[in-house]
Amino acid sequence: MTEKLLQVDDLAVAYPRKGFRRGATEILHGVSFDIDQGKTLGVVGESGSGKTTIGRAILGLAPITRGTVTFDGVDITRAARSKRASLAADLQVVFQDPFSSLNPAMEIGQILAEPLEIQKVGPTESRARVAELLDRVGLPANAITRLPREFSGGQRQRIAIARALALRPKLIVCDEPVSALDLTTQARVLDLFLEIQQDLGVSYLFISHDLDVIRHISHEVAVLYRGDVVEHGRSTAVTADPQHPYTQRLLLASPLPDPDKQSERRALRARMAEDERLADVAGGDR
Amino acid sequence: MTATTNAPASTRRDNVLLRFLRNPLGAIGLAIVLLVVLGAVLAPVLAPFGVTTADIANPFADPGGDHLLGTDSSGRDTWSRLLWASQLTLASAVLCAVVAIAIGLPSGLIAGYFGGPFDGVSSWSANALMSLPAIIVLLSVRSAVGPSVWVTMIVFGILLSPGYYRLTRTAVQSVRNELYVDAARVSGLSDARIISRHIISVVRAPIIIQTALIAGVAIAIQSGLEFLGLGNPSEPTWGAMLSEGFRNIYISPTLLLWPALAIGLTVGAFVLIGNALRDALEDLPKVRASRKATAAVAASGMTAGSLSGTASIAVEPEIAPTVSISTSSDPLPGVGELPAGDHLLEVRDLEIGYPAPDGGLTKVVQGVSFSIDRGEVLSIVGESGSGKSQTAFAVLGLLPSSARIVGGSIVIDDIQTVDTAAERILQKKVAPLRGRRISYIPQEPMSNLDPNYTIGHQLARPMVKLLGISRSEAKRRAIELLERVGIADPQRTFDSYPNEISGGMAQRVLIAGAVSCEPDLIIADEPTTALDVTVQAEVLDLLRRMRDELGVAILLVTHNFGVVADIADRVAVMQRGRLVEEGPVREILRDPRHPYTRTLLGSMLTGREPLTKLTEETTR
Repeated sequence: MTEKLLQVDDLAVAYPRKGFRRGATEILHGVSFDIDQGKTLGVVGESGSGKTTIGRAILGLAPITRGTVTFDGVDITRAARSKRASLAADLQVVFQDPFSSLNPAMEIGQILAEPLEIQKVGPTESRARVAELLDRVGLPANAITRLPREFSGGQRQRIAIARALALRPKLIVCDEPVSALDLTTQARVLDLFLEIQQDLGVSYLFISHDLDVIRHISHEVAVLYRGDVVEHGRSTAVTADPQHPYTQRLLLASPLPDPDKQSERRALRARMAEDERLADVAGGDR
Repeated sequence: MTATTNAPASTRRDNVLLRFLRNPLGAIGLAIVLLVVLGAVLAPVLAPFGVTTADIANPFADPGGDHLLGTDSSGRDTWSRLLWASQLTLASAVLCAVVAIAIGLPSGLIAGYFGGPFDGVSSWSANALMSLPAIIVLLSVRSAVGPSVWVTMIVFGILLSPGYYRLTRTAVQSVRNELYVDAARVSGLSDARIISRHIISVVRAPIIIQTALIAGVAIAIQSGLEFLGLGNPSEPTWGAMLSEGFRNIYISPTLLLWPALAIGLTVGAFVLIGNALRDALEDLPKVRASRKATAAVAASGMTAGSLSGTASIAVEPEIAPTVSISTSSDPLPGVGELPAGDHLLEVRDLEIGYPAPDGGLTKVVQGVSFSIDRGEVLSIVGESGSGKSQTAFAVLGLLPSSARIVGGSIVIDDIQTVDTAAERILQKKVAPLRGRRISYIPQEPMSNLDPNYTIGHQLARPMVKLLGISRSEAKRRAIELLERVGIADPQRTFDSYPNEISGGMAQRVLIAGAVSCEPDLIIADEPTTALDVTVQAEVLDLLRRMRDELGVAILLVTHNFGVVADIADRVAVMQRGRLVEEGPVREILRDPRHPYTRTLLGSMLTGREPLTKLTEETTR
């Protein structure tokens, strides 16, 4: 049990530039972290920080140029597609956009049965499992014969979660799974994530731009800034008392839902920005 | 979002055929093609005479008697020959389409899905093929290999294959990076199965449509070649019959009529089928598109700003009387007791509806009343489908044309903009206000800037147009505005194209455009939702500064209570088209009365114990 479920060591990802022999753009500059069984690592960062790329690299959807990804004791850094098929049982994904992550032309039953089919699960067993999954994520059983567009955003995200759970995975990469949802729906989906973790002992790599969401769902947090992890530690520590200036800025920028507390926070942020500006002027560089 | 969630769930799928048949043109087209196919298949039964059976003694017979449609120059029965010829004509059209699909579809799939060198080579080949003049190629093939319908149609199929290639490639490229394809990859699905399961379905509809049209074209081209006498004289085709009829037009004019009718009707039928199929297969996403269109129109309204505006603006905002709709706790007088002119914007009992498929009206906004004073920030909070954006667009007068203002009134600075009789916004009244007195800040800054023009052009042009000031003066003001919204190097941004600046910068530019006319009211629809939190904080600072410096009132539509707490003076909470609670920001956020407001605030994560449940309910 002391064995880490996922170990990422010095991971670098670079996408080739468009055009012939144009070199590559490095998105991640060597990030390292690990995830324990049944725990959640929250990755927080703003657009362009490379947080989505981390998830995609682990899933084999982004070109890894350096470093290693070890999952359950096996090096999967450059696992071939055939190997991925067997890996799929243990490593799954829930994407951000519940509108494009489900094939609009397929019925919910087909969508949920697809991963089972690949693992050669028989039709009877598969049907039973699909019903079980729908129940697990709180959707009606008659959803099987309906199409994604008949469901709301929150319900679609439940379907995506059910698909990820189909093969009883050990780790689910969650890429901004609640950021497209309404506030009340977001709360219910976060509850579902927590409930599933308690019941099934699954680990999450939870990616989000929202520090509040990350604080709520994670045991540990990694703060990503321009392709580097700038701060990493226990969730409560990082989100309440950040050490790195960028994390501090992030925390001060997220508004509080109370006018007076928010104006205090705003004043703090203004002071910090002023300090930084003065430091810039003094130091001449950043 | 909003108004578009009411898509009928029952009339969908499997109804493509039904929708197709309900289209009279499609039904007629299909009937004609079916008749021709039936005639071709049953030719051996239906045709009274053989293909070559010639009644030498009876050439150019008139219709009637033994020969239903008369005979040709050799005394062959026209009706029989029409039937026999339809076999060859249809078969050649099918051959042409099959060849084109067999080459175009797989190559398009591979090129679109994998890209890379194959894509380069195949796209180049497709372009080369497309640049060849078809008729000349067909003529040279004919002279090289002799007259054969089959060879001609195979070559023509090859010439048409780039059409399929491009169609397929584009369709595949558009879904290749969809998340559901990624999800299938993560599941370990092989490329072949991803293509057959997730990709083919996207290509199917356009291919079917294209094929109907291609079949018509193939028949037309083939008949044309036969008509020119380039076919095989021993094979009966409509084109050859047409040619024969043409040569004997003075002796027996009707000989020309029958094959011409057959060709015209069949080709026309295929085109009708193609169009009807397109309508049936592709009319689904229309509902979603409407909102985007609205936003685009709105943006153009924004850029049509002028700097004239009103000069005297009450800088010190009066605290507006609190109006509680569902809670009667407030002792202050309600809206009804105030003369309408006291507020900058007054919306009363607004009801917006959209025609529903069943002929009724779906109301998306019901009985909404609120008001805004100068220099005040009112935030409308709600979840998707609450009608908050619809309300904002109604004030701007930018609702889709199908929207109906069923009831209520909107008064902007004493100008009533709702025409109650016509159930719509009076554009005549709103248009002069829009851009000058009211301006708009959209959610997606990038999609509201035209990528073809520089930022400077888009800022300065409206000023030149509306104020009649010189270009250099407009430029000076635009740069001043850019500086005012906190852009470090205004000259450079002025010269940049939208794709050269970041999202946060683009939002600043749009805010610059919105305040360029020193408006009385800014309507901001989720202005920070698409931005990072650090940028959001800066944009909110900017809006606050604009309010303080210019005394402009802001109607802010948002779903984020943090944003509300940061900038709003008053809050209106909307749920399913109704305004459930309204009041000063502190009152609503600290002591919400309405259960829905409590639910919303209870869903906030701030201050909650991490890793604990947020809601009462369980999922099972």
